[in-house]
Amino acid sequence: MNILKRRETLLACSIVVLVLLVGLRAPVFVSPASLANLLTDSTLLVMLALTQMLVIVTRGVDLSVASNLALSGMMAALLASRYPALPLAGIMLAAAAIGLALGLVNGWLIGWLELPPIVVTLGTMSVYRGLVFVLSGGAWVSSHQMPQHFIAFPLTRLLGITHLVWFAAAVVLAAWFVTRHSRFGRDLYAIGNAPSCARYVGIPMARRLLWAYGLSGLMAGLCGYLWVARYAVAYTEIAYGFEFTVIAACVIGGISIAGGTGTVLGAVLGALFLAVIGNALPVVQVSPFWQSALTGIVILAAVLINARDGKHAGRQILPLHRPARSAA
Amino acid sequence: MNSADMTATPTSRYTIHDRPGFRLSALLGKWETLLALLFVVAFLVNGILVPNFLDPYNLADGTFNFSEKALIALPMALLIICREIDISVSGILALSSVAIGLAHTHGVPPALLLPVALAMGTACGLLNGVLVTRFALPSIVVTIGTVSLFRGLASVVLGDQAFTGYPQLMADWGQGYFFDVIPREFVVLLLFAALFAVVLHATRWGRRIYAIGNNPVAARFAGIEVNRYRLVLFMLTGAMAGLAAWLLTGRIGSTRPNIAMGWELEVITMVILGGVSIAGGAGTIGGVLLAVLTLGTVTYGLSLANVPGIYMTIVVGLLLLVTIALPRLLHGRRVAK
Repeated sequence: MNILKRRETLLACSIVVLVLLVGLRAPVFVSPASLANLLTDSTLLVMLALTQMLVIVTRGVDLSVASNLALSGMMAALLASRYPALPLAGIMLAAAAIGLALGLVNGWLIGWLELPPIVVTLGTMSVYRGLVFVLSGGAWVSSHQMPQHFIAFPLTRLLGITHLVWFAAAVVLAAWFVTRHSRFGRDLYAIGNAPSCARYVGIPMARRLLWAYGLSGLMAGLCGYLWVARYAVAYTEIAYGFEFTVIAACVIGGISIAGGTGTVLGAVLGALFLAVIGNALPVVQVSPFWQSALTGIVILAAVLINARDGKHAGRQILPLHRPARSAA
Repeated sequence: MNSADMTATPTSRYTIHDRPGFRLSALLGKWETLLALLFVVAFLVNGILVPNFLDPYNLADGTFNFSEKALIALPMALLIICREIDISVSGILALSSVAIGLAHTHGVPPALLLPVALAMGTACGLLNGVLVTRFALPSIVVTIGTVSLFRGLASVVLGDQAFTGYPQLMADWGQGYFFDVIPREFVVLLLFAALFAVVLHATRWGRRIYAIGNNPVAARFAGIEVNRYRLVLFMLTGAMAGLAAWLLTGRIGSTRPNIAMGWELEVITMVILGGVSIAGGAGTIGGVLLAVLTLGTVTYGLSLANVPGIYMTIVVGLLLLVTIALPRLLHGRRVAK
C-alpha cells in the first residue's frame, strides 16, 4: 500500500492522534467551535508555508517573509488609519502589491544576479524590519486607530466559515494547481532537482526564481494585512522570528531543504501540526514556556523520520543557483 | 593582513576575479582589501562627522557592542567554510546563561561558572553535531530545530523570572578594562581571533576544513574524516557560544528569557560580510575580523550620532546586500534568460 508509506499519511495520522489525545485530556478541545478556531489560527501559517515551499523546492529559502509581512502589514495599517475612507479591497491590494514588490527584490537579486538566497534574504530581512520602524516611527497602530471594517474582515464569516479560512482554501487550491499543473511550478521542481540540467534544457531560471520569491512576497504582503487586522494591532515586532516557524512547517511537511521535493499536502499538514501543538498546550495546561522546546523536538523528530526515506538527498545545506563556470 | 598563508587562500566566489598580470587590480580585488578600505572610510567619516567618536574611552566602549557576537563568528566562519551552518547559537547562548544562573544559585563557586558555561555550550554543540553527522541531516534544518529546543528549555527553566546577582568575577570580565581603557572582552576577542587564524590558516587541520568545504566527497576519498571535523566544529561553536554567554551574562548582570535574541543572524552577517563564501571552501579569519570592526564602527558611529538602533539593522542589511551584489554588478556576466 503505497499511500500508507507516504509521509503525508503518517503526518495526517499523527495530527489526528494528537488531537484525540488532547481531546481525551480536555474534551473541550475537540468541540466543533474549538476545532474551527484551530483551523482559523493555522491559516496564516498554512498560506505562508505554501509559498515558502515553492522557494524551498528551488533549493532556496526566504528568510525575509516575516519582515516582509511586518512591513506590508504596517503599511496597510497606516494606510487604513490615515485614510479611513479607502475601500478595504484597495488596502488589501496595496498590502499584496507591497509584499510582491519586496519579494521581487529578493527574486531579482537571487535570480538575475545569482546571489545565494540565504544571504540575500538575510540582508533584506534586516532592511525590511528596519523600514517598519522608519515608517511607523516606532509607534503602534492600535485597534481604535483602524477603521472597524478593516479589523472585522478576517474573522467575518461567510457561509459560517471565517474569511481567513476561505483565503487559505483558495491559496491551497492555487498552490496545488501551480505545483501540479502549471509549467511554472514544474520548472521550480526541475530547478531544485538539477539546476544545471534545468538550465541546459532551457528553463528560464532567472525568471522562474524571480517569480518564486515574488509569490512568497505577495503572500507575505497579503498575510501582513490579515495578521494586522486579525490581531488589531501593528507594531515593529510583528511576527518576529515567524520565518523560522514557516520554514519549520515546511520541514515537518517533508519538504526537503535540498530542493526538488515537496507537496502542497505536506506543507499544509506541517503547518496544521504546528498549529495543533500551539493550540493544545494551553488546553492541557502545559506551561506556554514549553511551546518552543516542544516545537524544537517536533522539528527534529520530523527531520529524523524524513531522513530515513531520503538518504540520497539532503546533504547540500546551502544550495546556490550558481552554474558551474570556468574561472577563465 | 597579507601574510603568506592568506595569499594562498582560495579566493572567495564573491570577490572580483584576479586579473593576471595586473597586480594592483589583484590587490584591490581582494575582499579583505575592500573591507579594510570600507573600515578606514567608516572610521574617518565617523571621526569627522560624529563628535567625540575618537575619544579613546568611547572607542573602547564601542567594542562591547560586538565582542561577544564576534567571538561566536570565529567558529561560525569555520563551520560555514566547511559547508555547515549553526542557526542555534543564540539558543546555546541562552541555555548556557541559564546554566550559569542555575549553578550560581545552587552555590557553585564563581571560578567554576565559566567551565559550567563552556560545558553546556559544548554539550549543545555535540547534540547538533551528532544529529548532523550520524543521520546525515542538513545542518540548517537541524539547527532551526535545536534553536527552538535550546531557547525553549531556557525559558522552561526561567519561566517569567530572571537570574541576577552574579559574582564580581563575571562582571570583571564582562564589563572590566585592562589599564582602565582596554576592554577585557575585546582583548579576549583579539586573542581568540589570533588563535583561530593560526589554526585555520597555518595548520593541516585548518587546511582540511577548506578541503571539506570545497568538495566533501573528494575530501572523504582523500582520507579526511569529514564527519569528525564537522562534529568537532559544532562542539567548538557551542563552546564559544558558552564563552560568549559567560561574558554577556557578566556584562549585563542578568539572565532573561530574551537574552541574545536574534543574534544568530547578526553573527552570520558578520561572517558573510567577512568574505566567507556561503557555498563553503573560501574565507579568512582576517576578513571576518575586519567585517566585525567595520560593522562595529558603523553602528557605533550611528549610535553616538543618536540614530536609533533599528536604523542600524537597515544599514547592516544594505551593507551586506551591496557588498555581495557589487562585484556581480560590476563584473557580472549575466547568464542569458
